[in-house]
Amino acid sequence: MHLMYFTEQPMSAYPVEEAKRGGNITSLMFSNKHYDPVAASRLYNGYIDDYVLAEESGFDGIMLNEHHNGPFCMQAKANIMASVLAAKTKRVKIVILGNPLPLSENPVRLAEELAMIDLISKGRLVSGFVRGAGVEQLATSVNPTYNRERFEEAHDLIIRTWTERGPFRWEGAHYQNRVVNPWALPLQQPHPRIWIPGVVSTETVLWSARHRYPYIALNTTIEMTKKLWDTYDNAAADAGYKSGPEQHGYLLRCHVAETDEKALENARNFMWMQGEFIGVGHPVWANPTGYYSPSMRKTFVQIVAGRMPPYVPNSYETQLENLEIIAGSPKTVIAKLRKLISETRPGIMSFWANDGFISHADAQTCIRLLGQEVLPAVREMGREFGLNSPFDLNTPVSLDFSTDLKKKAG
Amino acid sequence: MVAWSESTVTVAGGKVHVVRGGKGAPLVLLHHDIGTLDQLDFYDRLAQRFEIILPHHPGWGKSGRPQWMRSVRDVAVIHQELLAELKISGHSLLGLGFGGWIAAEMATMAPRDIKKLVVVGAMGIKPPEGFIADQALLSYIAYVKTGLHDKSVFEKTWGAEPELDVLEQWDIHREMCFRIAWKPYMYSQTLPHLLKNVHAPALVVTGDDDGIVPKSAAEVYAKSLPHATLSVVRDSGHFVELEKPAELAKLVTSFIAG
Repeated sequence: MHLMYFTEQPMSAYPVEEAKRGGNITSLMFSNKHYDPVAASRLYNGYIDDYVLAEESGFDGIMLNEHHNGPFCMQAKANIMASVLAAKTKRVKIVILGNPLPLSENPVRLAEELAMIDLISKGRLVSGFVRGAGVEQLATSVNPTYNRERFEEAHDLIIRTWTERGPFRWEGAHYQNRVVNPWALPLQQPHPRIWIPGVVSTETVLWSARHRYPYIALNTTIEMTKKLWDTYDNAAADAGYKSGPEQHGYLLRCHVAETDEKALENARNFMWMQGEFIGVGHPVWANPTGYYSPSMRKTFVQIVAGRMPPYVPNSYETQLENLEIIAGSPKTVIAKLRKLISETRPGIMSFWANDGFISHADAQTCIRLLGQEVLPAVREMGREFGLNSPFDLNTPVSLDFSTDLKKKAG
Repeated sequence: MVAWSESTVTVAGGKVHVVRGGKGAPLVLLHHDIGTLDQLDFYDRLAQRFEIILPHHPGWGKSGRPQWMRSVRDVAVIHQELLAELKISGHSLLGLGFGGWIAAEMATMAPRDIKKLVVVGAMGIKPPEGFIADQALLSYIAYVKTGLHDKSVFEKTWGAEPELDVLEQWDIHREMCFRIAWKPYMYSQTLPHLLKNVHAPALVVTGDDDGIVPKSAAEVYAKSLPHATLSVVRDSGHFVELEKPAELAKLVTSFIAG
């Protein structure tokens, strides 16, 4: 198994009461007059220390992400933190999940940045790609109606930039590049691994499976996760390969402390943003027109009109019960993880271990306990359940670069 | 009672739906960004004096969506081609809101073709003061209400709770706005320059309480068009044809027929 550490990098230093007055909608329009640069500088450096500690404690990878215009995530550009880790760490994989491709106006620059991170880190980059949440399109003024087209075209351009020697010219629907010939190419050949994280979009699951890219289920319930793997595995079979745990990744909110009581108290911070990734979603901004699949139009227009409730996460207690959140002493956590892992069978697992107002000391204790006590037990489970990561099996980076498959007739 | 007829014309490979009715000089009516209802008191009033040609914009209402379309100028070209297909000449243009922008673009393309130009609460020009309201930040209902001085007109027109298919239509129309006018949002940086040779007499109308397009945009229209008159309708928002149908019909009729 490949085991990663993750945090949303919460910007917890803001006046909560102010946000509550605005309906607690803190993504997009919650004024940055409440942003405290002194606290932000301290928090960034604390998070970097945590990543270094995670490497020392035995994690295989650090998972990074990016969001905009809100306190739920301090990473406005995942590549910046990835660059820091390229220099600050020695062993861990730097797993960006992911760069929001449609938000880029020039994917070739993105290809260059990622190549530099791969070179400086001596080939430790995993380059995930995402569409970006709905609200990010508004935060960056990118047209939501072409989101998926831009995602796919930017992906194709980046792969070509990495794998075909230039100069060449790109004349696409959304991107036009006169001369593609960057003098920064990835160290890993044919290109860094690409993993795709997601929650709800079936289109993205299918797209990932068709490319043989591992899909990382972002803290979906056990039932949802199993359905996702059915969808993925069927699409993989159609594409001509048999998928397994090495294509199945899972992100879990999991906090460990010396005692169950302490862990359960701290883990309430996972509800900091009401148990959602980006806080309370504004019914209009969370899913801008054109961002979602037309098959969802009837649902979304009714949410916008207030006739259907927006997605409401389960209560903290229910999430603990469903194993959407696991918290406790190492012993408690290991027992619960056993159930979760035996049911969801991921080859890649990410521990979203700290969030909200958890103190820096407690965050570091959590990282140490995970590394020293929990991860060895999880690795043992991985062996028992036959869960291998893409690195364990040295899988091809994509369907296009697969050499282990028979060519389809015709 | 006006007898309205409907037909479909193929333009640029797509279907354009056209509603026609009334008798008199041809008047091409370009509807709002939210689309148009089939029947309006305002349309009936105009149909007493004019032959109304009301196309649904490509991608709106019953017209098909051209996936390739990327600009509002493309909409104007399609409507120009539609008029050629229908062999309509000697017509005037009346554009409401977003349709005002399309009408202005059409006028710049064929300035000798039109008799008169009327734009009401027209988008298409960057307001020197204020901004064009951003649909992306508002619910469908809130957006329409932003465009009304008298909010009770909403309920009279769509009911307190618009039907699901109305909401879906508003979403489809909003998507078209984003597809062709996302950035810059709902204006052209070149249009004010191109309007300078539109010599047809023009009437630029704005509601005195337009929450969607600031009055300053209308002032630029009036300044850019060489033969324009600016007329402000009191106690009206953006949807002047819904709030002041009789007054607007009278203004338009006396301007075009006069």
